Amino acid sequence: MEMIQIDKVQEALDHLANKDVYVHLETTNGAYASHFNSNAYNVGAFIRNAKVRYKHAKIVGHETFRIGLKMDHGWVYAEGLTQWEVDDKGRLLMAGHDAEGRLMVALEISETPFEN
Amino acid sequence: MDQHQHVAIILPHPDDEAFGCSGTILQFREKDIPVTYLCGTLGEMGRNMGNPTFANRETLSEFRKKELQDACEALDIDLQMLGYRDKTLEFEDQDEVASHLKGILDDLQPSLVITFYPGHAVHPDHNAMGAAAIEAVRRFDEEKRPEVWAKAISHNRREVLGEPDIVKDVADYFNAKMKAIEAHRSQAEGMMSQFRKSPELQELNSEGQKLLRYEEFYKWDFTK
Ligand SMILES: [Zn+2]
Repeated sequence: MEMIQIDKVQEALDHLANKDVYVHLETTNGAYASHFNSNAYNVGAFIRNAKVRYKHAKIVGHETFRIGLKMDHGWVYAEGLTQWEVDDKGRLLMAGHDAEGRLMVALEISETPFEN
Repeated sequence: MDQHQHVAIILPHPDDEAFGCSGTILQFREKDIPVTYLCGTLGEMGRNMGNPTFANRETLSEFRKKELQDACEALDIDLQMLGYRDKTLEFEDQDEVASHLKGILDDLQPSLVITFYPGHAVHPDHNAMGAAAIEAVRRFDEEKRPEVWAKAISHNRREVLGEPDIVKDVADYFNAKMKAIEAHRSQAEGMMSQFRKSPELQELNSEGQKLLRYEEFYKWDFTK
C-alpha cells in the first residue's frame, strides 16, 4: 500500500459510485489490548461483504483521512485511513496502521465479493 | 513423554504453535515421534501486517499460509489447515467443530493432543478452539482416549489452576524455536527485531525470555 493521495483516492471512489459494491469495514484495537494493559479493553467491529450502493463519496483530511459514502439510506464512514492501493483485482483497499504497522482501521470497496 | 506415538497440536492461528509449544514439538521430533498440526484459521484478521508493512487485509492470509507452511517445515511436522476464519471460531457451532476434529483425530489416532486451556487462553479463538478440541477428545472411549495437555496464558492461571503439570525447559532447542517463530514473518518481525536489539534479552533467563524458554501445560482431567 502507499500513502493516500487524496485526488487519486477521490477518483477511485467516484469510479465505484452508483454501482452495487461490496464493502469490508473494520476497526480494532486488537484481541490482546486488555491483556497487555489492564486499563484498556478490547474494541473492534467488522462487516465483510456488505452489499451497498452509494450515490457519492468524499475523502477529507490531511495526513490521516476520513471517508464517507452517502447511500440512499444512511452512510458508511471510516476515520484514520492513511494508506491505499487498487489491487490486481481492481479492489480499492484503504487502511490505517499504528507506529508498529498494526492495522487499526480498514475500508475496502470491490465490485466482486471478498473471499469468505 | 517418550511413550507417545503421535502428537496432534490443535490451535487456531498460524504462529500459536511457534510461540506456545515449538520447543516441545522439537523434543518430540528429535525422538522421531510424528507431530501433526491442525491449524484452525489462517489468521486472516491479524493486525500485524509486517513491520514495515508488506501485507494488507486481503493479502494477509496468503502470506500467513506460506509462513505457516514454512514454520511446519522448520519444525518437521505435518500440517492440516481446518479452514475456519480468524475471529469467528467462537461463533461456530461448537458441536460441529468438535465433530470435525473428532473425525480427524479418529484418522490420526494420536496418543497426545496439545491445545489451549478454555477460559484461560485470552483470545476468543484460543478459548473456542481449546473447548472444541477437548470436547472432541472427550468423545473417545476412555481406553482409546489421548492425553490432553492444555496451554493456559491468562495472567491469573496459577492462582486459579495451580502449578502447571508439565513444564518443559526448551533452552536446548531455543535457536530452532526462534527459527519457527521467525518463519511467521508478518507477525514476528516487529517483536523479534526488538528481541535481537535488546542485549539483556540475549540472556536466556531474563524475564522476557522465560515465557519462551519454559513451555507449560496443564493435563486435562476427564474425570471431572
Ligand atoms: Zn493465537
